Amino acid sequence: MPATTKEVDMQDVAARGADYGEELHGEEMTLNMGPSHPATHGVLRLRLKLDGDFITECDPVIGYLHRGDEKIAENMTYNQFVPYTDRLDYLAPLANNVCYAIAVEKLANLEVPPRCQTIRIICCELARISSHLLGLGVYGMDTGAMTTFLYTFTEREKLYSLFEELTGARFTTSYTRIGGVARDIPEGWLGRVSNFLNQFEPKIDELDNLLTRNKIFLDRTKDIAIISREDAIAYAFTGPNLRASGVDSDLRRDRPYCGYEDYDFEVPIGTVGDAYDRYLVRMEEVRQSVRIVRQAIDKMPEGPYFAEDAKKIHVPPKAKVLTSMEELIQNFMIVTEGPQMPAGEVYFEAENPKGILGFFIHSKGGGVPFRLKIRAPSFCSLSILPKIAKGLMMSDVPVVLGSFDFVMGECDR
Amino acid sequence: MAKVLERKPLTFAEKTYLPQVLGGLKITFKNMLGKKVTMEYPEERPNIPDNYRGVPTLVHDPNGREKCVSCQLCEFVCPPKAIRITPGSIPEGDEHEHVEKAPQDFEINMLRCIYCGMCQEVCPEEAIFLQDVYSLVGTSREELVFHKKKLYELGGTRPDQHYKWDVKKAAEEEALAGNGHH
Repeated sequence: MPATTKEVDMQDVAARGADYGEELHGEEMTLNMGPSHPATHGVLRLRLKLDGDFITECDPVIGYLHRGDEKIAENMTYNQFVPYTDRLDYLAPLANNVCYAIAVEKLANLEVPPRCQTIRIICCELARISSHLLGLGVYGMDTGAMTTFLYTFTEREKLYSLFEELTGARFTTSYTRIGGVARDIPEGWLGRVSNFLNQFEPKIDELDNLLTRNKIFLDRTKDIAIISREDAIAYAFTGPNLRASGVDSDLRRDRPYCGYEDYDFEVPIGTVGDAYDRYLVRMEEVRQSVRIVRQAIDKMPEGPYFAEDAKKIHVPPKAKVLTSMEELIQNFMIVTEGPQMPAGEVYFEAENPKGILGFFIHSKGGGVPFRLKIRAPSFCSLSILPKIAKGLMMSDVPVVLGSFDFVMGECDR
Repeated sequence: MAKVLERKPLTFAEKTYLPQVLGGLKITFKNMLGKKVTMEYPEERPNIPDNYRGVPTLVHDPNGREKCVSCQLCEFVCPPKAIRITPGSIPEGDEHEHVEKAPQDFEINMLRCIYCGMCQEVCPEEAIFLQDVYSLVGTSREELVFHKKKLYELGGTRPDQHYKWDVKKAAEEEALAGNGHH
């Protein structure tokens, strides 16, 4: 039988080294990491070239979760696409729903009532908390701290129960409609959100105590994968990853939508731009989100939860559809032909948990978009990997990926 | 307003790993002795809130009428195209003849359904209703394509606020009776 490996029979390591001197400098190894690997958070595949334990080349291969969402959008009405937005950044479906709805409303030049806006802000911020909880927990696990993962998931579970009550589903919420939200908030729900926030704040401190000044965690993350201000901007970084590099940019404050200008919150920015800063920024953002949700609960206005005057965009209330002929016809028209939009092009972007999610819509009028383009923040975050991974060690890869907090559903679309 | 996140260097004690290890153990023990957060699933079941979006089913009204009139709006709106309706008519002489139409067959492919609830939302008859069933098991693809009979079995009866067909029939009869007098 022909042997594929050379058998070496040597007594001790030193002697082996002495004998094989030059030969021990092996070749570069190509290592395939993913698409099914717990540290790549989904179906990212990395083609790594390794020199010993050091990475000389990193080539991310994406597209394993490509479903053609943009093309799908061209074949259905605006409302029918809402469930598909759940599946972009599937860790913050509510934020995607809201961003998409606002984009289409911008096309229609439609203003939603204040109650709807406030509900949407609560949705966005709770989605941010839930997404960051997962990001931080999994980041902890990537660096070897399983406990943080379990604790953040416990909190996330409570949030999901709230989402379930609000939207009817834990994960794929599909909550917004063009011109409003699918249903009003249930009785007593705001109180339960408030209770959640009260017990959540000590839990965040707990997570803080476990990680922030933990030397084991710091050894793994500090000064790893430093992204300079210039690089972060050049690679179109957005969201927490950009702010960690010290760029003071947050759409909620710089270009407020949905009434964010009425809320008081701070935008955390990092100083170094390493993996540790990205952790710090997310921690602080969770706290700021809690602040925003509290303010929104306090000021929740009464009134309709959808734009009642948008006769050709939002379906009439159910009770009227069941009893009045005119509303019944209106219901049929909007469902079959879609919410009627003017012709034109519109781009809207919102500050989502992972960064800036943008929708570009080209409409030729009617209820179906001619073209819909999604700008996904995770795609941009991953694009810097070939540059940043060079010179890092193999064991740093999970840390870097964890610190970017990307999600492939959005990257591949 | 930007908030710059300062990074204070670790103290000597912190550099020895010990305070963090002990602090971590303290938190772990506190959680270990605290209230249990897990649920022993098949024995314990989670509370399902009202309006939960579970399995879509067809429902009867309290008079035992099949509420669906096969208008096919749900078939139209369904984003993953999981619904297929074969329209049919109600035979003459039937108790509910005045409703005119009912589906001959109503098919929901549960493997395609994404439980978005749009069918329930658009239904002008409140005939399709998402139940609180969240766990659905089948051993073949055919088994999970639910037909009309199965859908009505799962759906049962829902209260009706309007009885719109009966109201309409009563109004028509009254109008007819009124004409007879003249």
